Parts: sequence; structure tokens; C-alpha cells
Amino acid sequence: MDYVAVISVEVVYAVASLVLISAGLAIVFGMMKVINLAHGEFMMMGGYATITAVNYGVNIFVAMLVVAPIVVGLIGLVVERLVIRHLYGRLVDTMLATWGLSLLFIGLATMIFGNTTTGISTPIPGFTVGGYQINGYNFFIILVSIVLLVSMYAVLKGTRLGLVARGAMQNPEMAAALGYSPDKIYMATFFAGSALSGLAGAVLAPLVGLVPTSGGAYIAKAFITVIAGGPSLIAGLMSSAGLFGLVNQLFTFTVSPVMGEVALLIAAVILLRLLPQGVTARFFKGKM
Amino acid sequence: MAILPLKEAVTTILVAAVLIYTLPLMISTYTLSILLIYAMLGLSLGLIWGFGGILCFGQAAFFGLGAYSYAIAAINIGESTLPMVIAVLVPALFAAVMGVFMFYGRLADVYLGVITLVVTLILFKFINSTAGPSYVIGKARLGGYNGIPGFQTLNVPGQPDSYIWGDPFYYVCAVALVIVFLFVTALLRSSFGRIAVGIRENEQRMSLMGYDVRARKTVLFAIGAGIAGLAGALFANWAEIVTPGLYSLGQSAEIIIWCIVGGLGTRVGPMLGAAGLAYLKFMLGQQSMIDNTLITGLILVLFVLFLPKGIVPAVADLWKLSVRRRPRRKRPNRRIRAERVDG
Repeated sequence: MDYVAVISVEVVYAVASLVLISAGLAIVFGMMKVINLAHGEFMMMGGYATITAVNYGVNIFVAMLVVAPIVVGLIGLVVERLVIRHLYGRLVDTMLATWGLSLLFIGLATMIFGNTTTGISTPIPGFTVGGYQINGYNFFIILVSIVLLVSMYAVLKGTRLGLVARGAMQNPEMAAALGYSPDKIYMATFFAGSALSGLAGAVLAPLVGLVPTSGGAYIAKAFITVIAGGPSLIAGLMSSAGLFGLVNQLFTFTVSPVMGEVALLIAAVILLRLLPQGVTARFFKGKM
Repeated sequence: MAILPLKEAVTTILVAAVLIYTLPLMISTYTLSILLIYAMLGLSLGLIWGFGGILCFGQAAFFGLGAYSYAIAAINIGESTLPMVIAVLVPALFAAVMGVFMFYGRLADVYLGVITLVVTLILFKFINSTAGPSYVIGKARLGGYNGIPGFQTLNVPGQPDSYIWGDPFYYVCAVALVIVFLFVTALLRSSFGRIAVGIRENEQRMSLMGYDVRARKTVLFAIGAGIAGLAGALFANWAEIVTPGLYSLGQSAEIIIWCIVGGLGTRVGPMLGAAGLAYLKFMLGQQSMIDNTLITGLILVLFVLFLPKGIVPAVADLWKLSVRRRPRRKRPNRRIRAERVDG
């Protein structure tokens, strides 16, 4: 019974962390059709922003939930203005340019923070269920992911801002004719996506030893989750994160953590072969 | 070979011969060998991406697979000739299986990128986790993170004791590259190559004309992988150790950068890009003021923004502009453009 509880917490946690690491990329890809391969580095910078802020005496929750998203969002803004703006509609070129950006950021972080591991301790203590120890911080991550999904849905579906943004993504000319500047909307969307990446990196920072190349660990998973999710933003994110998280934990518990990772990747390959446009191209069509 | 004009073959060989004999005067043969190996790796992606329109994010997988196949086979056989052949065949077969999986599922652009990237990651993670003594192929332990050291390096065929290393190894690499280059040239001149370019330009039209697009893409993909495998085997001989780092995403990224910088849709571009950037990296590695990765990244961003066609096509365009005023041209321009790759 205890074991079942532990496993189910782990599965939910795996799904939640997949949602968290993919959300920023999903916004940028799902809405703007820009694949940001520097996404992992945005997360890495979110982590460094948190640790730096904490070292300057900022409360850790403020650092994670406020400082990191703003810092990374602003970096994203600069990137959008300087690079991405010129490449809209050229999918492969944006991929290559952002890959270059990712290398550039790794280099910058190495020069600033050095090629050493830094970290902070988790602010929430663990507790035991029967004979098992559960990391209390896992619940925080689950909570953050749920709040994230709900607020994304609320903003996109419920507010005028979200409506305008979705409209501009579907038909920029029409949005422009109605008096909204697509340029500004793209800019704001990229800012939001980057801020979410920063948030994810910040929230996950206490769990990992941070090095300048940390981003590489996230990008592939985020990329796979978003692509496999397909055109619908939130439904896609939830379905693919749910599936991959489940497969990952299933194999982690029955075989080994490495096989869990490999099983996730193999599941992604098979899924893409069967549903090349992503899950939501066939199921949950037209949902948000 | 009727499809390879004698004149062009002779010119290529003459230019190559001059380069092979003059380059060692400037750069040590040890460094040159690795530049040539990278050039071959660049050419392999240049073939399938630049001419076939297949954007493979996992060319490093074939490179690594070639290197590992060579190392494992060399330990088991104790002689280098057969392992070199195996190192070409294993990646080619692997790519053929992948190609059947991908192209017969009609996966394209981004989705193709994801699958190749994921397969590279799977290999990387798997090889990394094979440290235990239970992971053995024949006599060779896979060694996990530490890689496989101490295998039989290149020797004169049939004589396991006469090793080829140092200057002779450089000449072996150079000749191998020239042969691969001539092979690629002949391939592109053949109807197979022309149809491959046609598929890149308009897949649907080619399939309506009755060509089996899926099979042709798979074969081209396998050929590219075989070339990358050969480069991997030569790399294993150069480094005398193979490590999982060969499969890393960083390695894949570099190959793509070489092609972009050198110029897609040309044969010389990716080779020049590979050798040039690898040499630049080598030079930069000797200073510690600016991080190496930063400069690589900056180069990629700047090229995508300002020179997306790459150096070789840009220079060719300049050349064409300067000779445009000539009264007549011998034949219509046959050079193939790179713009449509992102389709």
C-alpha cells in the first residue's frame, strides 16, 4: 500500500516535471511555430538567476517564482528582438539560430559562473510514508505545474489578451487589419514563453546540481513532449507529458532509471511514427 | 565510370594531390588527419541534407556507431581490414532501418529532426550506462562512460603488426577523402543523384512521376550514414579510444554548423566548413580568454542571420556576378541552390 502511494506520487511528479519543462517551449512552438532549441539554456539561466538571488539574500520562493521568470523573460525579449524576429516562418532556420544561441549561452555561463556545479538546498523537508522517504519538494513541483496549466488555460481562453494572441497566431494579417500589431504580440508571446522556461529552471534548480551545460538535459525531453503533443497547446502538453511520464516511471521502477529514460525516448519515436503530427492532431481536435 | 567525366575526375585528383603535399608544410599531419576526418563527416551530412533535403540531427550517431563498430570488431578480430568494412556497413544498415521507419511513415522536416535527435540520445544514454562487466560483445567490453581504449589500430591489410600511423595515416585519410568525394560526385551526376535533388525540390511531383520517393530517400540516408561511419572508424584510429561523447548532441550540432557555414547544396562547402571550423576551434582552444562554445554559437547565429546560404555559394554568386558580362556561357548553370531546403 505504501509502495503504491510512493509510486503514484512519483508518476504524478514525473508528469508534472515534464509539463513544467515543456510549458515554455510549448507556448513558443505551439503558438508561434518557432522551435527554441535554446530553451534548455533559458532554464539553466533561470536556475542561475535563482541561486544568485538567493545568495544576495532574497527569499528562495521570491527568487524562484518572481526573479527568475522576469530575468529570463527579459533575456528572451532581447533574443527575440535581435534574432528570432528576422526568422519567423523559417522553421529550420530558427532551429539552427536558437541552437547557436544555446551554445552561446553555455559559453557565457561558463565564463561568468565557471565550469563548476552550484546548487541550493530544497526549501521543503521530506517526510516518510511507511518505510519510504518522499521528497516534500515533489509536491511543490506538482502544485506549480497544476497552477501553471490552469493559468495558461485561463489566460488564453478567458482574457481578451489571450484571444488577441491566439487570433494573431492564426492570421497575423487579419489581426493587423483589426488594429493589433502582430510584431508586438509575437514579442510578448516570446517573453511569456521565456519567462515560463526561466520559472521551470528555477523551480527545478534545487533538485539538480547546476552546471552551464545543464540545459542539454531538458531540451530533448521538452522538444519531444511538445512535438508529440501536437497542435493543441494545453491538451497536447497534458496528453504527451502524461503518457511519457507514465512510461518513464513504469520502466524506472521495473528495470532501472536509465531504461526509464530510454523507454521514454523509444515511446516518443513510436508515437511520432504512428501519429506524425502529434497526439492532438487526431484526438482532442480543436481543444485548447 | 561514364557518369563521372574524366576531365573533372582528373582535375579533382590533381587539386587534391597538390593540397595533400602542400598542407603538411603549414599544419602538422596529426592535426590535418582529424581535419580531413571531419571534412568527410561534413560531406556525409552535406550529401543527405544539402542534396537530399533530409535534415538529420543525429549524424553524430552514425559517426559514433562507425567508431564503436570499428573498435569492437578490431578487438575481436585483431586485424583492421575487416573492421573498417564493418564500420561502414553497421551505420549504413542502422540508417536503412531508421529510414524505412521514418520515410515509409512519411515523416518530414521537424519530425524527422526529432526522431534522429532522439535516436542519438538513446544511443548516448545506452552506451553511457554500459559500464558493467555484463556488457560485452565478443571480447570487447563496452566500458560505459570510459569508452573503449586499446584496440588494434589501422594496419597494412593482412599484416597486423605493421601499423599505419603518423604521416602515412594522414595520407590514408586524404586518399579516403578523395575517393569518397569522387564517389559523391559520381553519385550526384548519376540519375539517382539527380532524382534525389528532385525529391528535395518537390517530393510530391517526383512521386507522381513514378519514382519511389521513400526507397530513394532511405538509400541516400544509408549512403550518408556509411560515409559518416567511415569517418568514425578513421576517427577511432586517430584518437585510439572511442567514448560515448561521440554520440553527443554537441557533436551533432557541430556537423550541422559545418554544413551551414560552408554552404548547403555544394560538395566542397561542408568539407571546407568542417575543416575550417575545426581548425578555428583548435586555435581557439589554445587561448582561455573567450569560451570556445560561445564563439561556435555566435558563428552559427550570425551565419543563419546574415549568410544563410553559406560561404561557398556566396563566393560562387560573387564570381558569377563578376563574369556575367561575358557574351555567352557554354552551358546553363547547373549549380544547385540551397534555398529550398527548409521547404
